[in-house]
Amino acid sequence: MLLEIKDLRIDGSDLDGKTVEIVKGVSLSVDRGQVLGLIGESGAGKSTIGLAALGYVRPGCRFTGGSVRLDGQDVVNAPLDLLLQIRGRKVAYVAQSAAASFNPAHRLIDQICEVHQRHGLGPRADAEKRTVELFRKLGLPAPENFGQRYPHQVSGGQLQRAMTVMALIAKPDLVVFDEPTTALDVTTQIEVLAAMRAAIREEGAAALYVTHDLAVVAQVADKILVLRHGNAVELGDTRQVLEAPREEYTRALVSVRKSESNERGAHAKAPVLEVQSIDAAYGQQKVLFDVSLLVEHAATVAVVGESGSGKSTLARVITGLLPPSKGRIRFQGEDLSPALAGRTKEHRRRLQLIYQMPDVAVNPRHTVLEIIGRPLTFYAGLRGADVRRKVEELLARIELPAHFADRFPGELSGGQKQRVCIARALAAEPELIICDEVTSALDPLVADEILKLLLKLQDEQGVSYLFITHDLATVKAIAHEVVVMQRGRVVDSGRKEEVMAPPFHDYTGKLLRSVPEMRTDWLDEVLAGRV
Amino acid sequence: MGRLFQRMPWITRLGLMLVVLFALAALFGPFVAPYPEAATVGDVWQPIGTEGFLFGTDTLGRDMLSRLLYGAQRSIGLALIITVISFTVGAICGFLAAIAGGWVDQLASRIVDVFMSFPALILALLVLSVMGSSLPVLVLTLAFIDGTRVFRLARAVAVDLNVLEFVEAARLRGEGQWWIARKEILPNALPMLLAEFGVRFCFSFLLISALSFLGLGIQPPAADWGGMVKDNAQALAFGLPAPLLPAGCIALLTISVNLVVDFMLDQAARRSRRG
Amino acid sequence: MPDLAWLIGKRLLFGVLTLFAVSVLVFAGTELLPGDLAQVILGQSATPETVAAIRAKLNLGDPALVRYWRWLSGILTGDLGNSLASGRPITTVLMPRLGATLFLAATAAVIAVPLAIILGLLSALWRDRTFDKSASAATLAAISMPEFFIGYLLVYVFAVQLGWFPAISRISPSAGFGQKLWAIALPAMTLTLVTTGHMMRMTRAAIVQVLSAPYVEMSELKGTPRKAIIFSHALPNAIGPIANVVVLNLAFLVVGVILVEVVFVYPGMGQLMVDAVAKRDIPLIQACAIVFAITYVVLNMLADIVSILANPRLRHPR
Repeated sequence: MLLEIKDLRIDGSDLDGKTVEIVKGVSLSVDRGQVLGLIGESGAGKSTIGLAALGYVRPGCRFTGGSVRLDGQDVVNAPLDLLLQIRGRKVAYVAQSAAASFNPAHRLIDQICEVHQRHGLGPRADAEKRTVELFRKLGLPAPENFGQRYPHQVSGGQLQRAMTVMALIAKPDLVVFDEPTTALDVTTQIEVLAAMRAAIREEGAAALYVTHDLAVVAQVADKILVLRHGNAVELGDTRQVLEAPREEYTRALVSVRKSESNERGAHAKAPVLEVQSIDAAYGQQKVLFDVSLLVEHAATVAVVGESGSGKSTLARVITGLLPPSKGRIRFQGEDLSPALAGRTKEHRRRLQLIYQMPDVAVNPRHTVLEIIGRPLTFYAGLRGADVRRKVEELLARIELPAHFADRFPGELSGGQKQRVCIARALAAEPELIICDEVTSALDPLVADEILKLLLKLQDEQGVSYLFITHDLATVKAIAHEVVVMQRGRVVDSGRKEEVMAPPFHDYTGKLLRSVPEMRTDWLDEVLAGRV
Repeated sequence: MGRLFQRMPWITRLGLMLVVLFALAALFGPFVAPYPEAATVGDVWQPIGTEGFLFGTDTLGRDMLSRLLYGAQRSIGLALIITVISFTVGAICGFLAAIAGGWVDQLASRIVDVFMSFPALILALLVLSVMGSSLPVLVLTLAFIDGTRVFRLARAVAVDLNVLEFVEAARLRGEGQWWIARKEILPNALPMLLAEFGVRFCFSFLLISALSFLGLGIQPPAADWGGMVKDNAQALAFGLPAPLLPAGCIALLTISVNLVVDFMLDQAARRSRRG
Repeated sequence: MPDLAWLIGKRLLFGVLTLFAVSVLVFAGTELLPGDLAQVILGQSATPETVAAIRAKLNLGDPALVRYWRWLSGILTGDLGNSLASGRPITTVLMPRLGATLFLAATAAVIAVPLAIILGLLSALWRDRTFDKSASAATLAAISMPEFFIGYLLVYVFAVQLGWFPAISRISPSAGFGQKLWAIALPAMTLTLVTTGHMMRMTRAAIVQVLSAPYVEMSELKGTPRKAIIFSHALPNAIGPIANVVVLNLAFLVVGVILVEVVFVYPGMGQLMVDAVAKRDIPLIQACAIVFAITYVVLNMLADIVSILANPRLRHPR
């Protein structure tokens, strides 16, 4: 038994300084060479447990009970100098944000070799040799010279691999990976994931892999521990957890987004929005090139792409926030003014937008009543009791109780805030709602509920959606039509059944193949398929 | 409000109580002062605790306590008037510049940059040396200097808030600029602005005291704390702490205000972290 | 990624433009305000003859632009004109005063800078502990108090009660270095107290920010001892912000010197300017103002350049 955690309890403090229990008695164990996946939504305590394996708690947190033993050694009560010997040497850490976790003032090689030298593992030349070897193993370009660069001089995916090198340099027995691919694009994620998995297997290290993405952890972990609100929910072999989950919560996580598919009802094919040959630029930087698309009544068009594809810029152009330099936008058969200032109140009402981050999309100083009520007053001229009656009606439609009208956003969860944003858009009785990554800031189960709500509302109201997303699972669940964007251009488009079925367009195929699937042999198949 | 008071550390409560005390002195000081402001009522430089003169007498034999009370009204009142003017003008201009953006914002910001690159005391000395030290000149000059600082803060806060999506949502809805400034930005900027009000009050209060101390502020025989320090500086040579009384009042008030401001900034930071 | 040289060049250019704008401000602030300048200078004692004499002396008959240009080119060539009160060339009046002020400011800086950095560092390292909390309260008090309160308080304690140092800082030219230091002990202490407060708070904030960076946590998780974290991970990143803080506070110090000089009747620039204001000696006021302003603007510019130079992202472009 390499790592053994028993009944671990950790307290932290919230923003008001009140003490809250983050980890509520979790036990787990990791054998040599074994990979354990820790999975859970935000607030599950998974990162806190990962750090506890290094005998570390973040400032403001403290161990309150239980034990953490690494190779038999108690690391919770160990003196600091012993911990210093263990950290980096026996157990190493890979953080989520490589960009922030490398010191901007030093070269990569110096930061990596520092571990080797601090632990007295031999001369610097040896450390450098091993670093280059690991660079090569992780597929970094020009491994001999790669370390000479500063952190800001390499890409995010490369930096994440460099951090894995830093973790592996001293041949640790255990590596803690804390959401190492979450910040990366899907096509980058698959490369990094494959490189990291190959490296820990070759090095024979055990790993604790912390993530919120079950499909990702399925590719690397031997066993999975599901966490929720600081408690262990289910522990099992990866295959068992995925194929035969025992607990209700795990079942929900596994089946997330597998079920729905948006069947299009019979409807008139009247176009709601036509985007015709749009070019757009931020200052001198051109970001959209000849983009066209069409949204029909009561239909959902998904715009997919990775970061830098211009998909969010497209949303800004359609809403009028960024006037295009070329092309035109037609809305229900009328020309839309390119600039926001030129649009009529009626046009604004019929075209609504829902944002990615519900936290900043609603004014924290307004009540839900004010937030949802304002469009009612602004567009329909409702006042007083009429507003409240209508707001309560809308709250019922988004499945929130009527008394939420008097709450402030600070008293709502992320998912509830997003529901309020949806209600605010609905209050305007729009024809088209642009959804800009509306589920990507939410936990999978919450995201799932939001998608179901959007589908239900479409059935009831016949509203159209333009769905901006990077997540192909969302596309599969909700779209009728798909538009694939890459570097500011539309590279593929059409009905979902055609775009997302073979034969694929090159880039669409690459995107689809990069999305981790919830089965254990997915990564192997993809890698095998390349050769 | 009561909850806020509960959350305060004892030192902030102390500061708040002192601020209230000074405010009461400024409001009612002249009514409770035992002697008139400028009348010679005793011997020169009577020490503290002399019969009939709680805080002694000054360089012309005027009652220190009475002059401190009259001075409270003048020093604090003037600084308050200056701050209110600079705040109203500076904050409104700053908000509008931030919401307008473009060249209006650029031009206004560059002009303010130039004035801010000039030390405040020097600028005040320059203007007062030529215009003479009349009350309106004093108030307008200091309000202007102060206003440039308010402008910069108000603009920065509004620029930060302006890019947030709830403001964008209001703009997309078609709300007017004035509505956005009032309903979306102001409520969120308020904690920062309240704290800034305290900071700016201290700034103009210290500046006006410094100018009076240099003989360029409020003119005798009117009592004000900065001028009283200057008048009684000689007393030190005779071993009397007379100038320390008004100077100490100035120090105590600014410390108290800053204690409250510190707490408010802390609260504002907490709130913004919560989102 | 913008080029380092380009960024510094831009800042230098902006500094020069600011200096130019400041010179306009000084000139306009004194000569273009409403009212007849000659009348203002003479006040109630003005007779038509004396007014005419002053007008001639200051060339008030010339257009403002011409006078401004004459004044600006004078500054650039080191000729600041003549004092109205004494008739002596301003350069000869001003230079020894500037030297005295710089001596006082430098003495204060030599004490304040290391003191503030060390205390700020300790406060940041012992964050939220008793030392930090009491230091925070003490510095809050120090930065809130007017210079003349601290000054007179020191006089009362150290000159009047204890008699250790002189209450009035007169310096005879023949005095030795030690005597001079003794003479300026109290004003230097006053300035030190005032600036240390600011500098220490800002230093603490800069270091706290670096210490809370994820790469500091990372180095802790690599098994780096705390001392090594501070010296090889935190300090290289904190040096830029700290240097910025120091230079910025030197600018405060140079201006703060005015009130301190008046308190201690110290023959420096500040005292000179205040006297000139009392005598309405406009050319001398202009000269003092521009010298103060130049120091202030240049130091602020230096502070910005220091922080540009200290940014590794700019020093090692992609």
